Amino acid sequence: MCPATLLRIKNLSVTFQDGNGGLEALDSVNLDLPECRFVAVLGPSGSGKTTLLRIIAGLIQPTSGSLQFNTPEGNPPRIGLVFQQANLMPWRTAIQNITLPLEMQGISEKDACERARGFIDLVGLRGFENSWPRNLSGGMAQRVALARALIQEPDLLLLDEPFGALDALTREHMGAELLRIWQARETTVMMVTHSISEALLLADRVVVLSARPGRLVRELDVPFPRPRTDEIRYSPEFVALSHDLRASIKEEPEPIPVARKPKK
Amino acid sequence: MAAIYPSPKRSPSQAVRTAKQRRWFMPVSLLGGLLLWQIIVTVSGLPAFILPSPVEVAVRFWDMLTGGRLLLHTAVTLSELLLGLLAGGGAATLTGYALAKSPSAERLMSPYLIASQAVPVAAIAPLLVIWFGPGMASKVLICGLTVFFPVLINTIVSLRGVPENLRDVMRAMRATPRQTLLLLEIPAALPVYLAGLRVGATLSVIGAVVGELVGSNQGLGFLINLGRGQYDTALVFVAVFGLVTLAILLYGTVLLVERRCLAWQSDPDKETSLL
Ligand SMILES: Nc1ncnc2c1ncn2[C@@H]1O[C@H](COP(=O)(O)OP(=O)(O)O)[C@@H](O)[C@H]1O
Ligand SMILES: [Mg+2]
Repeated sequence: MCPATLLRIKNLSVTFQDGNGGLEALDSVNLDLPECRFVAVLGPSGSGKTTLLRIIAGLIQPTSGSLQFNTPEGNPPRIGLVFQQANLMPWRTAIQNITLPLEMQGISEKDACERARGFIDLVGLRGFENSWPRNLSGGMAQRVALARALIQEPDLLLLDEPFGALDALTREHMGAELLRIWQARETTVMMVTHSISEALLLADRVVVLSARPGRLVRELDVPFPRPRTDEIRYSPEFVALSHDLRASIKEEPEPIPVARKPKK
Repeated sequence: MAAIYPSPKRSPSQAVRTAKQRRWFMPVSLLGGLLLWQIIVTVSGLPAFILPSPVEVAVRFWDMLTGGRLLLHTAVTLSELLLGLLAGGGAATLTGYALAKSPSAERLMSPYLIASQAVPVAAIAPLLVIWFGPGMASKVLICGLTVFFPVLINTIVSLRGVPENLRDVMRAMRATPRQTLLLLEIPAALPVYLAGLRVGATLSVIGAVVGELVGSNQGLGFLINLGRGQYDTALVFVAVFGLVTLAILLYGTVLLVERRCLAWQSDPDKETSLL
C-alpha cells in the first residue's frame, strides 16, 4: 500500500528577516519522507526543527526551495500537527476539541462524536470526554491533541516535541503509547524530539540537523525490527546507536555576545 | 489517621451548610438598612420633603404602580437603555473588529476615539437634546455614546489577545476566515468582551438619566425632575429605586450570559456575589 515517497523536500532554505541581515534558520535541506514510515528529527535547539515542521504544515513559506507532495490526484495533503504545548481550545471539552476538525469539514455533531469515541479509546482517554482542558494533566491534554490530529486521517502527521513539556516518567510512558498507536495505524509521521532514545524507539529513520543554520548532517535507518516494545531501550545495539547519534549532535553553546567598544 | 491529620479543606457537607447560611445574609442586611433609615427619620424628625420615611416611599411606590405611571416611565427608560445598548454596543463591536484587524485604521481613528471619550456625556447632552428633541431619540443616542467606548476598547483588546498558538492550530487545519471567526476568535474574545459589555450596561443607565434630566417628558429621569419641582421627595426616591432596579437587572442579565457562556473558565471557589 505504501511504496512511494510522500513528500520530497528539495533545497529548502529559510531566512527570517530580523533587521540585521536576516537570520538563516535552514540551509538547503534535502529530504524524502517515505510513505507509512516514521521519521524522527534530532538537532540542537535553534537548528530549525520547528521551522521545518511549520513549513511542511504550510504555516510559513520557505525563502527558497520546494516541497512536493505525492498525494493521489494531486490533492492537497491532509496534515495533522501536534505542538509541544497541547494548544487545546479551553472553551471546548476534551471530546469537542477532538471533533473540531470534523466540525470544520461540516460533519454533523452526532457522526463526529461517534468517530471521536474510537480515538478517545485509542489514546486512552475514556472517562475524560467531557472534561475541560483546564482540568486535564499535561499528558492527558497532549493525548487530546494527538487524537485531534489523528481524527483528520492525515496523510502526514507532524509532531513537534510532543512530549517535551512533560515530566520524564510521563514522557517515557507517552513514547510507548505513541509506539502502540502508530503500530496500530500506520501513517507517515515526522517527529521532532530532543530525546535520542525516543527517536530510536519510535522511528524507522532518524535525521539530524546541524546547529544554526540547520543543515542535514546525518540520515540513519533504524535497524530494529517491528513490532517493537519499550524493552529494546536496554539492548546493547540500542545503547551503541544512541552513543553514535549523540556524537553527531553537537549541542554548541549559544555564543555569548561580547560587549564591544563602540567604533569611532 | 483523619483525626490526627485534619484535612485542610472543608468537607462538602460543611461547605453546603455555610452556603445555606450565607443565603440569609443579603435579606438580613437589606432589612437592617431599612430599619436604620426609619430610625434616622423618627429620631431626627426631618420633614418628608427632605427625607421621607421608608413607609412613605412604599406608599408612594404603590400609588405610582397601581396608577400605571411608574410602569410607563420605567418602560420608556428601559427602551432607551436597550436601544442605546444595542446601537452603541453593536456599532462598537463592528468598529472594534475592524480596528483590531487593521492597526493602521486604528491609528487613523484614534484621535477621534480618544476625543469621544474625553468629552463628558453630561456636557454634550444638552446639545443632543437640542438637535434631536426631548423624545427618546436623543436619549438613545446619549446611551449609545456612553456604551460605545468601553465596548469598543474591550472588543479590540479581546481580539488582539487571541493566542497566536491557537491561531496556528486553526491555520494548520486550513480554517477559512469565517471558521476562524466562529470557532476561535469569538469564543476566545468572549470573556473580555462581555466584561466590557457589563461595564457598558451599567454606564448606559447614567447616560439615559443624564439625557432625561436635561430635557424630557417621560422616563424615570423625568419623574425625578417632576418630584424635585413639587417637593415630592418620596417620588424622587421611587424613581431612584426604579433606576437602581434597572441597573441591577441589566448587570445581572450580562452576568447570566457570562456564566452561561464561560462555564469553561468558572472556578466556583473564586466566585464573588459582586461579579
Ligand atoms: N518567526 C520567526 N522570526 C524570526 N526568527 C525565527 C522565527 N522562528 C524561528 N526563528 C529563529 O530560527 C531559528 C530556528 O528556530 P526553530 O525552528 O524554532 O529551532 P528549533 O525548533 O530547532 O529549536 C532560531 O534561531 C529562532 O530564533
Ligand atoms: Mg522547536
